[in-house]
Amino acid sequence: MGVTTFKGGVHPYDGKDLAKDQAIVELKPQGLMVYPLSQHIGAPAKPLVAKGDRVLVGQKLAEAAGFISSTVVCSVSGTVKAIEKRLSAGGAMVDAIVVENDQQYEAIEGFGQARDYTKLSREEIVNIVKDAGIVGLGGAGFPTHVKLMPKDADKIEYFLVNGAECEPFLTSDYRDMMETPEKIIGGLKVVLSLFPKAKGMICVEDNKPEAIKLLTEKASGESNIEVVSLQTKYPQGGERQLIFATTGRKINSSMLPADAGCIVDNADTMVAIYEAVCESKPLVRKILTVTGDAVVKPANFKVPLGMSYQEIIDQAGGFKDDPEKIICGGPMMGIPLFKLDVPVAKNSSSIIALLHDQVSSEPTTACINCGRCVEACPENLIPTMLMKASLSKDTEKFASLYGMECIECGCCAYVCPAKRPLTQAFKEMKRRVNAERKAAAAKAKAEEEAKAAETKSTEEVKK
Amino acid sequence: MKKMLNLSSNPHIRDEVNTAEIMRDVVIAMIPTTLYGIIQWGLNPALVVLFTVAVAVLSEFLYEKFMKMPITIGDWSAAVTGLILALNCPPDIPVWIPCVGAVFAIIAIKMLYGGLGKNWMNPALGARCFLLISFAGKMTGWTTIGADALSGATPLAYLKAGGDMAKINICDMFLGRIPGTIGEVSKLCLLFGAAYLIIKKVISPKIPLVYIGTVAVFTLLFGGHGFDVTYLCSEILGGGLIFGAFFMATDYVTSPITPNGQIIYGVILGIMTGLFRLFGGSAEGVSYAIILTNIIVPIINLKTIPVAFGREGEKK
Repeated sequence: MGVTTFKGGVHPYDGKDLAKDQAIVELKPQGLMVYPLSQHIGAPAKPLVAKGDRVLVGQKLAEAAGFISSTVVCSVSGTVKAIEKRLSAGGAMVDAIVVENDQQYEAIEGFGQARDYTKLSREEIVNIVKDAGIVGLGGAGFPTHVKLMPKDADKIEYFLVNGAECEPFLTSDYRDMMETPEKIIGGLKVVLSLFPKAKGMICVEDNKPEAIKLLTEKASGESNIEVVSLQTKYPQGGERQLIFATTGRKINSSMLPADAGCIVDNADTMVAIYEAVCESKPLVRKILTVTGDAVVKPANFKVPLGMSYQEIIDQAGGFKDDPEKIICGGPMMGIPLFKLDVPVAKNSSSIIALLHDQVSSEPTTACINCGRCVEACPENLIPTMLMKASLSKDTEKFASLYGMECIECGCCAYVCPAKRPLTQAFKEMKRRVNAERKAAAAKAKAEEEAKAAETKSTEEVKK
Repeated sequence: MKKMLNLSSNPHIRDEVNTAEIMRDVVIAMIPTTLYGIIQWGLNPALVVLFTVAVAVLSEFLYEKFMKMPITIGDWSAAVTGLILALNCPPDIPVWIPCVGAVFAIIAIKMLYGGLGKNWMNPALGARCFLLISFAGKMTGWTTIGADALSGATPLAYLKAGGDMAKINICDMFLGRIPGTIGEVSKLCLLFGAAYLIIKKVISPKIPLVYIGTVAVFTLLFGGHGFDVTYLCSEILGGGLIFGAFFMATDYVTSPITPNGQIIYGVILGIMTGLFRLFGGSAEGVSYAIILTNIIVPIINLKTIPVAFGREGEKK
């Protein structure tokens, strides 16, 4: 069985006290709602509405375009104003549907209707999840219906609900676990009905004892659901680390959790599944933490997807002082925002506004080979050596040192006493290696085709 | 918001520890043994320590100034080098000799290879060996302590010359009442400093323990004294092994970074030290063992790269 932790990792200041006791508050947007067509991993969704259309809460604005893709659902009622390029939290200009909110919140027929999941077939449940536009709400945004359709459902032995919330400052999953534990367990029961041999495990770090206690109480009647207490250590909520800690199984970059008989989904995703399947409410909201020392009143919010971050900050009471850095996501893996005028998407995350940016204030010095990064790496890599390969752009060496196994968790750069941007270099190198591999594959394919065409033409000549 | 927001890749928070703090901790850890040397031998060791550290720091400053490089003396690494070199000199050494050594350590061994982190040899030890070759007599002229102490020889040299085992006092060796270099004699003070470094997580005890253990096994096997506790303790406590193992073999820059490489490094150091001590011309062997093993550290690293998480049992 599991060992409830993993080798490596770090213990940063967790800053969760700022917002952990703030109950989730629902926000109502005033401004324009923006729904990017690509707020998930996979192909961008295909729009189903046109400019001028009236749309309702729960209505599909765009549908999944392919197997790995996701539906986009409207979170307000109003009129489609435009379908145009908009800035996303990731920093790219992406196609988005812009809706003018009429403040009526008129919903589609059947929205919110209770439904008994035990009467639904496997396909029906998966289709509901797909149509609800549910993706992993931990930040990666992988379409959930794809996870629910592994090659062999009988091989799934564990369904892990990731409630580790190992990123410092973030408290949205904690609030979810405290306020709607029955929905998390309900969602888990729905997915467990798809995998007859699987055991459900709700995994929570032991710095959230109240959540563990509450969930254990609520799940006491369920024979195949267990609440697992994990050692508090970043990145405990990393998929590979979580699987190892709970089951003792190891997966690498070329494997899926299903290869180890596991499916991992975020706690809030369970809530979304429960709401979609049992309450007929597609994914139209996101739970966010707005925190950091620059925020007047750190809090947790339930916001409709498509609302602008600027508006959330304004409704949250604004900033005490101009922040130096605003992070979308956790401080270890989040992305910095250069503008708050971006919409909340399924794969975007909490807001941490910091008065002081530690990274820019500390100069990078020479590597002294101290080995702290080696100790901290949860993937058993040697970051110093990877850094040398990265600095000389030696992709071959980088890959041979297992650089592609890097999960970009940030532990190496966090502990580095020389303040070297290790994680940044590895992120860039991984993309470089992937680009090279893609180009090599494309070249090989083109050569093969050319060769095939040549043989064909010679054959024709012979004829 | 008026101000532009900062952008940078994750992570956005960093641990408090920086290079200067680590180096400063190493200096702090060596203060007890430095004070012991000064109290036992008086003014000259104090001057040696002061001037060697000052010259080491000044050499780095002047080199960087001359080469128009950023000044890095604030990272305390030059001070560490100077201090280790000073502590590796006999208490009666003329002050100018370790000063020459400090210049050599900083300029020839450290800066010419690119500065902190780039040198392949421990600068202080490299300089010590340079001084041992250049000023052999002065570098091995030991000062007697007390009336009934061994006359002018370290316990190791005394034993090597076939001395009487009965005259060896292990307690004196542990406390430091023996001839030796300024900083190597008091094992009590050294272990105190080592404990500080281990508690502050500046060093891991892995390399020192493997190193000392290997020396012990080697001595038992080839020492020719069988299982003789006094002889074994003399080999471990009588020379520079404790100082070398905890303060020099653990030098980040010149020791392997891979977990298995560190064990191999400790074993090789132990065997080399044993060879030098038992079969070489000198009674000591720690410094040469460390600087010579430094040479193969890159190879040790390359051969001991661990397999990534989840990639075990795969063919590369």
